[in-house]
Amino acid sequence: MVTEAKTSVKRHIVTLTVNGDEHVALVKANTTLLDLLREEFDYTGTKKGCELGDCGACTVMLDGEPVNSCLILAVEADGHSVTTIEGLDQNGKLDPVQEAFVNHGAIQCGYCSPGMILSGRALLNRNPHPTEREVREAIAGNLCRCTGYVRIVEAILAAADANS
Amino acid sequence: MSEATTQNKEYSVIGRSFPKVDARDKATGRARYTGDIKVPNMLYGKILRSPHAHARILKIDTSMAEALPGVKAVITAKDVPSTMYGISPARYDETIFAIEKVLYVGDKVAAVAAVDDETATKALSLIDVEYEVLPPVLDPLRAMDDDQPQLHPQYPRNISVEIHQNFGDVDKALAEAYHVRTDTFSGTRTSHVPMEPHAAISKWEDGKLTISCSTQSPHYFQYHIARVFGLKMGDVRVMKTFVGGGFGGKLEASGAEYVSAALAMKTGRPVKIVFDRWEVFTHHRGRHPQHITLTTGVTKEGKIVGCHARFIIDGGAYTSLGIASAYYAGAMIPLIYMFDDYRFDGFRVHTNLPSCGAQRGHGAPQPRFAFESQLDMIAKDLGMDPIEIRRLNARKPNTMTPNEFQVNSCAFTEALDKARNISGWDEKKGKLSSDKGIGIGCGGFISGNGYAIYRTRLPHSGAVIKVSEQGDIATLYTGAVDIGQGSDTVLAQMAAEAIGINYEDIKLVTADTETTPHDFGAYASRQTLMSGWAVKQAGEEIRKQVLELAAEMLEANVEDVDIDRRVIYVKGSPDKVLPFERVANEFFIMRGPLVGRGKYAPPKLGGKFKGAPVGTSPAYSFAAQVSQVEVDEETGQVMVTDVWDVHDCGQVINPMLLHAQVEGALFMGMGEAMYEAMVFDANGKPLNANLGEYRIPTALDVPHVVSDLVDSYEPAGPFGVKEVGEGATLPTMGSYANAIYDAIGVRIYDMPLTPEKVWRAIQERKRM
Repeated sequence: MVTEAKTSVKRHIVTLTVNGDEHVALVKANTTLLDLLREEFDYTGTKKGCELGDCGACTVMLDGEPVNSCLILAVEADGHSVTTIEGLDQNGKLDPVQEAFVNHGAIQCGYCSPGMILSGRALLNRNPHPTEREVREAIAGNLCRCTGYVRIVEAILAAADANS
Repeated sequence: MSEATTQNKEYSVIGRSFPKVDARDKATGRARYTGDIKVPNMLYGKILRSPHAHARILKIDTSMAEALPGVKAVITAKDVPSTMYGISPARYDETIFAIEKVLYVGDKVAAVAAVDDETATKALSLIDVEYEVLPPVLDPLRAMDDDQPQLHPQYPRNISVEIHQNFGDVDKALAEAYHVRTDTFSGTRTSHVPMEPHAAISKWEDGKLTISCSTQSPHYFQYHIARVFGLKMGDVRVMKTFVGGGFGGKLEASGAEYVSAALAMKTGRPVKIVFDRWEVFTHHRGRHPQHITLTTGVTKEGKIVGCHARFIIDGGAYTSLGIASAYYAGAMIPLIYMFDDYRFDGFRVHTNLPSCGAQRGHGAPQPRFAFESQLDMIAKDLGMDPIEIRRLNARKPNTMTPNEFQVNSCAFTEALDKARNISGWDEKKGKLSSDKGIGIGCGGFISGNGYAIYRTRLPHSGAVIKVSEQGDIATLYTGAVDIGQGSDTVLAQMAAEAIGINYEDIKLVTADTETTPHDFGAYASRQTLMSGWAVKQAGEEIRKQVLELAAEMLEANVEDVDIDRRVIYVKGSPDKVLPFERVANEFFIMRGPLVGRGKYAPPKLGGKFKGAPVGTSPAYSFAAQVSQVEVDEETGQVMVTDVWDVHDCGQVINPMLLHAQVEGALFMGMGEAMYEAMVFDANGKPLNANLGEYRIPTALDVPHVVSDLVDSYEPAGPFGVKEVGEGATLPTMGSYANAIYDAIGVRIYDMPLTPEKVWRAIQERKRM
């Protein structure tokens, strides 16, 4: 559905599933999925780091695939299913990737952590037993300035072990 | 110090790898950073920035922006205090908005507050600024020349600071040396690149300014913001939110705080400003590019006899923390090797480029790269092994540097030996295949600054611990600032150890100028030692009060009563025990709140010469780092395959966090060594102020890292601690450069070690 607002930018009604719940919003044609999640739905675990698709802090899963939500328009997510970091733990129990990040010291400032954890989760969903190289490739689009990735890689590999 | 008596004590809480106190908040997305916060009635602020590196502002017309629906305020220099600010005392040279001239691309010119981000952005484009473009100063090596334009009237020849320090008789030492080398090196303008951009939300309510922000020092923000706006410090409250990395770049208030505060005062509504990535890069305050010439003399045996270091340092447009950076550049050179004769001449100059300040390792990493490179060249000239020459000159414990830094604990020689062993140095040096090489670089750093940035009699850290009425938990109130490095966790461990309870029992209230005791914040690798002392003292005060009451309750002598992990017991009488909570509860009933207090001020440190305070510290860390590289001679591509870091950092509070600091610091050093440099066009416009073109290491770039330690105990630190967070940045550049030399026999004198430079150096070598 399309409506004309006072400004020239068209507005659209979008319906999407976020973390299992249906959400409806009226968005501008140029609203990004990132801004929709953060500003409209208050899923602020999805971080804004560069708005150019370089840093990966805004990574979410779109129909199970990791994407930079700053590069996806909200209208493109219409009818799709999004998982943000807030949707990963179930009833207060952390996902094994989250748990491994906590226990392996993979988190320092934490700003890259939501995106990093979702990239790790998406990897393990498609490849439950990745090699170290595959882990590094899976998170190559998520920048971290604190850790040198050492413990992040360790944590994702540990979560994979916990799977088996 | 009484600490020495507890050196070999078994600890219950410290020395263990507890997960960070905030790790679950961060892993679940619950942690709210400044940009994540919304408050009722909030406006969105945006800053209009200069498109010119050097220009006179002739006219600003804000009428069109003001007329845009949704815009609530447009402000320029005429609407805000013109008080100069900065963070280096005696060099305050910035104003909230540029008054007459803009000095770099990104300088603040005006700002708007609007109902949403998009309206604010649109309003910026409607502000009409007329500039008279002036020729910019872009080359730091020419900045002092007479024909160059002047940036600041108060700094003739664009000299920000000129330093001359002279210890012993360098000329004589060099004249008598067996071998003398002079080499010139240069570094680049690298940036902190915190993943979270700078951000602030300011509220102005009934004459009180409250700022929630991404900060490394609520105290310095409060001090400077109060001064600029003419407010009492008590009417300015600065609260840290979760901080997504700082690395030195969030030590001084940026436009986000000053401008959001001004907009909040003008509109009476809360105003949020979040920098975009371009603003983070142009605001900068990161590494100073240094041009370093070292003249170093040695004896026939390789003993360093003297060094003369000369610097020209590009400071960019404003002073920022650059006076300290410039002093650090030279002050840290004689720290890790022992020689008596040292001279340091430096100029920090202004250019029309982003302002440089403090970045992890402060002014020290580039000079350390230069020194470590030159020391390898000297070793080669003398036919010595690089580790041997370092062992010969390595600083010893309980010695003083020529510039009067007192070193207590120092296990540098042990660190060198361990690095040699774990890297397999003896089997590899000179024996690897022709495309592989191994190199060493070393470093050392302060564990907190001996003097605050401005002159004050305040202690450097304070702490209060309050035990709950039921005695089940204890809340630590500290002004220490966790920016991701883990100070909250480490201080909680120290508090629990000092009281005699468990890590999980400690709750934290931190980094809020109104509710927590004063602390200078997260910089100079100071908090584990300095905040740690205050926390330890506060914890011990609680322990003492609890044990005194417990002795009465147990009808025992107080000196016979002790506590471990909440169990209070009488030594030698295993049946006489009391749980901590019972005694703490009784304390509250009988005497009121159970509170412990602590403070720390460093002893008087350093010499009396000009600039003597910079580099003073109660304690110094030392590190040796060996790197192994593979070089593709066809392309010049360098792959660092392995790094072995051995650190002397005193007693370890949390091994997991400690090694994580080493890994992160080493990786930042790697970025500076291999990829990172801000570049500008011929007009001073940044060409790569984004994360696509300013390249920081990714998960695919990182070598295999082994982080190891040597036994060490620092008498000047609580529980024997020293620093780790910055020190591990120092050895990396030198160790990479030396490993590349070992692999292919070419020496690179300027950072970063890009494939192009390596390839050109290979071609040069082939022609010779």
